[in-house]
Formats: sequence, structure tokens, C-alpha cells
Amino acid sequence: MIALEQVTKIYQAANGSVTAVDNVSLEIREGEIFGIIGYSGAGKSTLIRLLNGLEKPTSGRVIVAGRDMARVKGRELRKARQEIGMIFQHFNLLWSRTVRENIAFPLEIAGVPKEERNKRVDELIELVGLSGREDAYPSQLSGGQKQRVGIARALANNPKVLLCDEATSALDPQTTDAILDLLVDINKRLGLTIVLITHEMHVIRKICDRVAVMESGKIVEQGEVLHVFRHPKQPITRRFVKQLIEPEETEEAISHLFGQYPNGVIAQLTFVGAAAGQPLIAQVVRQFDVDVNILQGKISQTHQGAYGVLFVHMNGAPDEIGRALDFIQSQQVAVEVIHDAR
Amino acid sequence: MLANLLPNVQWETMWAATVETLYMTGVAVAATFVLGIILGLLLFLTSKGNLWENRAANAVIAAFVNIFRSIPFIILIILLIPFTKWLVGTMLGANAALPALVIGAAPFYARMVEIALREIDKGVIEAAQAMGASTWTIIWKVLLPESLPALVSGITVTAVSLVSYTAMAGVIGAGGLGNLAYLEGFQRNHNDVTFVATVLVLIIVFVIQFIGDFVTSKIDKR
Repeated sequence: MIALEQVTKIYQAANGSVTAVDNVSLEIREGEIFGIIGYSGAGKSTLIRLLNGLEKPTSGRVIVAGRDMARVKGRELRKARQEIGMIFQHFNLLWSRTVRENIAFPLEIAGVPKEERNKRVDELIELVGLSGREDAYPSQLSGGQKQRVGIARALANNPKVLLCDEATSALDPQTTDAILDLLVDINKRLGLTIVLITHEMHVIRKICDRVAVMESGKIVEQGEVLHVFRHPKQPITRRFVKQLIEPEETEEAISHLFGQYPNGVIAQLTFVGAAAGQPLIAQVVRQFDVDVNILQGKISQTHQGAYGVLFVHMNGAPDEIGRALDFIQSQQVAVEVIHDAR
Repeated sequence: MLANLLPNVQWETMWAATVETLYMTGVAVAATFVLGIILGLLLFLTSKGNLWENRAANAVIAAFVNIFRSIPFIILIILLIPFTKWLVGTMLGANAALPALVIGAAPFYARMVEIALREIDKGVIEAAQAMGASTWTIIWKVLLPESLPALVSGITVTAVSLVSYTAMAGVIGAGGLGNLAYLEGFQRNHNDVTFVATVLVLIIVFVIQFIGDFVTSKIDKR
């Protein structure tokens, strides 16, 4: 559906040039939810704007639904953009228009006759759950409702691709989840390809099939979300994964415990997918002569399955602990000993 | 009673002068509105980072606007005498004041239009582009509606200035309340005429301001 081939974007600034996107190649499949994560300034905003021609690459090809967005111009470009919906962090609604008129705007641009337009707007209001608020102005809506209008507007012309530019970054956690659920629902119902950029790992975890990690204009790592969670290769990816599964204070809390447990080992167990559902600890206690004490744990649901981390303290004979750890590892659970006082 | 207090005021002449002032102001405001919006749009669109970014064109329009905005109005009228004679055929009467009024006020209003357009959230323009809107669609359906309250309050301020411009134009023979106050009131030393003309000008200004504020608050949905 979308293919970027060696795409580079260089901005000419007063004090030299800035490479916002650096030789990026990427393939996004039809019907998937693809996330691009990075800190601000990583180039992800530029990257997503290349997909609908709001930015033109300095070199490389940007193929979206069979069109090279780097080459098309004028009428052809406007036509192509009607097939690519976009939603924004700050919603970008027209304050002078009501909900209904805002959603009708892209249909007016596409030249849809009035009667058909009204029908389509009704459908969309229903789809995004805004029935009853049709005639409100944006200033009378909450953030979540504004983003719903943004989504309805982006879907008006039945696009093949939906681009989300930090679509939930201005929303509170609860509203974020509701909007993410809506996006998944739309993705399933309409088979729409969704590309989103974000700096929140939570968003990636919750709805994405695949993820690309961006740093200084480059894609440093990409793959299935669960795979990237389980085997983060780059330091930046590890930082993002950590942000999600370990609250900030965990490391500190664990190191405090070292003093309290003069014997045994403290280990971090990382579960992915099916392994997260097993009664692993029970099995260990039954099969080996060790005491297991759970210090802290967290399991997160991703779009593709569960992902969890458990911090445990294990006490017993050194050999027995070793065998228990080997057993855990054999159950597809990653083991990392953080403190060893055997 | 009124005749005793204001012995020199001829109400028919006063009324005719009022109508002349209203006529000059009305036509000038309409023309300034259209011309100012066109100039303001050009200033905005050709500026850096906008749809028709063009440094040379922007510099030329900005220079034109700045020059005509800087010339004191009374001097502008004199400078425009040949142009007015060519266009209207005379230097006297209300119509003769119109070219100078519009050329004096439109650049002033154009700057206000430019400021109003710059206030529009860039994201909204970007969203319209992302939907595949053409530049004309963006002008008609985004730029003008989204800046409308500021455009209206700007034309209100400009209209008030235009009323005082018509008074100035009156002094050199364009008619209206300014003309009357100068010829009948000042030169013949009839202070009551000057006083009544002033009150009438004030009423016109208050009414313009009231209408402008009312319309602005009605259309502003922010």
C-alpha cells in the first residue's frame, strides 16, 4: 500500500542544512496499523507529511496507493490527497463551521452533490459516535469530541490510508484510549491502512501491528510490535519499551530491596504472548526446592498479545536456583539476573 | 426654540451634507473592503511560508501599501488631483473625493487584513491542503470565513477613519459635513453650524461602531 524508497528530506536553513529524513526505506502493508515512534525532532512529522505530499522529498520515491507522491502535482496531487485522510494533534477544525459543516468540508472539496453529502455526513456522525452534537461549534466540544470530528472528516471521502499525526498527544489518558479504540474499530470495519506517529509507547502497544523507531531522521529499528518489545536492539528502543513496562521508580525500588534480601537472586522475567498466560511461578515452586517472592510485576496487553515483566526474588540452594532459572528460560521467558547473592 | 439656539443652521443644507457624507463613506467603505481584502490576501499569500510565496511580489505589494499608507491624507488628495480629473472629470463634488478616499484607506485596511489572515491557525490551512483543497477553495472556504470577525472589526475601524477623511476632503470642495462646517461654520464664523455638523459626524461614527461590534460578536463562534 505504501512504500518509501531511499527517501531523504533536507531543509535549507539560514545556518546550514538540516536532514530531517535520512535515507529511509519502508514498506507498509494494506490494512495494517503501522506506528512510527520517536522523540520530537526525530523527523517523524516530516516523514508522515511526505506520505500526502505536504512535504516533497529531496530524493527518493514515496509510493502511496500506486502513486508517487513525490512527483504528482496540481489536480492529480489534490485527487491523490482525497484518498488519504489525515488527523492532527490539535485537530485543526474550522471554528467557523459546525460539526456537520466541518465533516462536509472534504466532500465539498471533492465536489460531492449536496444531497449525497448530507447522507454521508449522517453516516460519519453515527460512525464516530457524535449523534446529537451535529450543530455544535468546535469551541463547544471537548478534546475527544473534536478528534472524533477530525476522524469523521478524514474518513469522509473513503480514503485508502489514514495518517495520524500525534492524534492523541493532546488528550487525557482516558480519552486517548477511547480514540485508539475507535481507530482500531475503523481499521477492522473498513480495512483501512493506518499510519501513525507518536512519542508514546502506550499508543504503539495498544493498537499497532508493526512499529518503526525513528532517531535523527533514520529508522533505527522496525518489526512486529511484540518482537520489538521482546528484543529491542537499539538503546532508544529499549528506552521506549522501558517507559511502558517499568514505571520510573521500579529500578530504584528494586535496588532498595537488595539490602533486604542478603541471600538468593533477584531476577527480571520477561513474558511475551502465550508465555504470559502460564502459571509459571506455581510450576517453579512445585518442581524445585526454592522460595519465590514476587517483588513487582506488570502485564501489558498489546494488539498482538500480552507482554509482561516480573521481578522476583528466589532463595534456596545455589544449584537449585540455577536449575529453576534454566527451567524458566526453557518456557520462552527471558531471564535477566539483576542481583546475585548466591 | 431650536431656531433661537442655532440661528444659522439651515436644516435642509445640513441634511443634504449628511447624505453626501454618508454617500462618500458608504461607497468608499465598500470599495476599500474589496480592494483591501485583495491586497491583504496578496500580501499574506506571497509572504514567507505561504501558498504563493514570492519574495519579489511581496516586496512590491508591501512597498505600494506602505507608500500610500504613509502619505498624509490631505497631501494625497492634492497629489491625486490629475488622476481624479482624468477618472471623474471634475475636482468638485462627492464623487471626486472617492478615488483619494479609497486609495488612502485601502492600503491601511490591507495591513489589517494581512494581520487577520496571519492569525489563522496554520494547522487549519494544512488540514485543508491535506484534504486536497485548491488555493481558491482555501481562500474562499478557509481564509476568509476563519478571519471574518477580524475583517469586520477592521473595516469598522477603517470606516470610522473614512468618515474623518470625508471631512478633510470636504475642505477642498468635495461636499459633505466637513465642507459645510468649514465654509459655513468656520469661514463665516457660524459656530452653531460647526457644532451641529460635529454632532452629526459623531452620530455617524457611533452608529458605524455599533453595527461593526454587533456583527463581529454575531459571527464569532470561537
